[in-house]
Amino acid sequence: MTAQDHNSFRTGPDEEGRFGQFGGRFVAETLMPLILDLEKAWDEAKTDPSFRKEMENLWRYYVGRPSPLYLASRLTEHLGGAKIYMKRDELNHTGAHKINNVLGQILLARRMGKTRIIAETGAGQHGVATATVCAKFGLKCVVFMGATDVERQKPNVFRMKLLGAEVIPVTSGRSTLKDAMNEALRDWVTNVEDTFYCIGTVAGPHPYPAMVRDFQSIIGWEAKSQIKHAEGRMPDTLVACIGGGSNAMGLFHPFLDERDVRMIGVEAGGKGVDTDEHAASLTGGRPGVLHGNRTYLLQDDDGQIVEAHSISAGLDYPGIGPEHAWLKEAERVEYVAINDDEALEAFQLCCAMEGIIPALEPAHALAHVMKIAPQMDKKQVIVLNMCGRGDKDIFTVAEALGTEI
Amino acid sequence: MSRIERRFATLKEENRAAFVSFVMAGDPTPTTFGKLLKGLPDAGVDVIEIGMPFTDPMADGPAIQLAGQRAIAAGQTLKKTLDAVATFRKGDDETPIVLMGYYNPIFNHGVEAFLRDAKEAGVDGLIVVDLPPEEDGELCIPAREAGIDFIRLATPTTDDARLPTVLKNTSGFVYYVSITGITGAGSATTEAVESAVRRIKDKTDLPVVVGFGVKTPEQGAALAGVADGVVVGSAIVDTIAGRLDKKGGPKVGLVKNVTAFVKSLAEAVHSARG
Repeated sequence: MTAQDHNSFRTGPDEEGRFGQFGGRFVAETLMPLILDLEKAWDEAKTDPSFRKEMENLWRYYVGRPSPLYLASRLTEHLGGAKIYMKRDELNHTGAHKINNVLGQILLARRMGKTRIIAETGAGQHGVATATVCAKFGLKCVVFMGATDVERQKPNVFRMKLLGAEVIPVTSGRSTLKDAMNEALRDWVTNVEDTFYCIGTVAGPHPYPAMVRDFQSIIGWEAKSQIKHAEGRMPDTLVACIGGGSNAMGLFHPFLDERDVRMIGVEAGGKGVDTDEHAASLTGGRPGVLHGNRTYLLQDDDGQIVEAHSISAGLDYPGIGPEHAWLKEAERVEYVAINDDEALEAFQLCCAMEGIIPALEPAHALAHVMKIAPQMDKKQVIVLNMCGRGDKDIFTVAEALGTEI
Repeated sequence: MSRIERRFATLKEENRAAFVSFVMAGDPTPTTFGKLLKGLPDAGVDVIEIGMPFTDPMADGPAIQLAGQRAIAAGQTLKKTLDAVATFRKGDDETPIVLMGYYNPIFNHGVEAFLRDAKEAGVDGLIVVDLPPEEDGELCIPAREAGIDFIRLATPTTDDARLPTVLKNTSGFVYYVSITGITGAGSATTEAVESAVRRIKDKTDLPVVVGFGVKTPEQGAALAGVADGVVVGSAIVDTIAGRLDKKGGPKVGLVKNVTAFVKSLAEAVHSARG
């Protein structure tokens, strides 16, 4: 199937929670009634104007939305091609796009009468956002984090604790993000009455991929009206990084039916997609079933999940949101991979040229912009999702550059 | 009549509950596992549940997670698991074998190929934790068409409104998960299990077996009074874990020790309705 065969790319998922063959509800029976309850609550909330109003109010006064669309003029000049705009979601409260989704889910949890929130986190950004909103509403918050990540993301661990969250280091499996997600699911299976699982990306069983996308779509809707205002037209190309894929889905989704807008998702190529150490599920994986959905996964010949690798802990996940898997097969969105060292170079360029310290995640997207912008005409426009700031990454970057701080 | 039907019919005639044991394929090594498997019927096991190791077992507690990791580290694959069943079948054509695990390794093998290979090896039933009724088109319906039972888990969250959905395409027996939680966690009271089993039996003629959180012969005996069968998994797997040397290999006498423990469980379950 190709892009021409679709009337619209914005109608998914179907009633079974499928985007083509991807998505679905692959969970244990214990969780199934909870997932059905959640779907019902979300269906009601999304058409309730008071829910939307409360969310928009918090987005504006608590998060700081709308985030600016910023013309990166020195970078544009340096690369010598297309105009580069950055959607500045790194300016949000807590420093990333994650809070857009967390606010929505926590408001929904409150509506459902849930009193205990659990979340998984890799780099810690989703954990910090969840702990933050839980503190604001006085909810109990438990964050599962791979023991390996607890060790390499100490500042975020301390932030979560300051915000009153309990951080549980996960030592099962290989002690990383996917194991944290397993452990969160195990907790949810155990505490079915009072607990709401706040998933941080556009993955998991239906309705999570669609629900998280809808919350994150505020990024794309704002960008759409901002670029019209700034340029009087649609952008030529959108570029966003992809771990689970929530910031990219948020930017892309409102543009999916603008057929002239090219979209590029940038996966983490780690040490190279031709090595064993990368996190590029779409480029280097194949379809499988994990964490409640069918999607592209990094797996071995026997269907065992293999560990992802990236310099960026936020992209370090062996799967990807199912809607991305579908958009890849429908050929609507292109997916590429950027290696650790290319991301590091982009990270430094962004600091030097624009006075913006980007997170290592969007540094991957920027690295791809560095490749394509010079090939494009000066009248053309790229929008890059600057989905997080890099304060959390300075230790990792220092180490990679051989600097002691 | 399938092996599972025959076995439960015999047990009913004898007024005994089924003792169902869970072991992880390839744990601690493929060779030791083969020996262990062979000894289970003589130890009194009525139905053998074999875990298919998976890297991300989201419904399992630490004991079974570690068993799966040991097996994968020792080189266990889905193909080797099916080979182990085929080898077992050469010496035992009566004891039902149910494979339990997660969908990805099966999906990766290819559903059609998996069902063909499993049937050929002598597998009688499947329990796939992450395939609820909403995903019946994936494996449940094709399995039944291939003559393999698809055994569903019913849980404390499966209320009366949902129970018919869960029972609809289930065959072989119903596996009642006695707690909300993971394998090997805390135990439910006998009273709670009894009322849940009665609720399920109101809606189906299939045997109902109870598992999750059953650790001792005493617990097994108590549940055998109220259900058609009792599953013990984590406690057996823990016994294996306790008989490993520093390198993770089996200590001398592992098979004998584990079999003795299984026998004590089986005797308790079998004599419960004395």
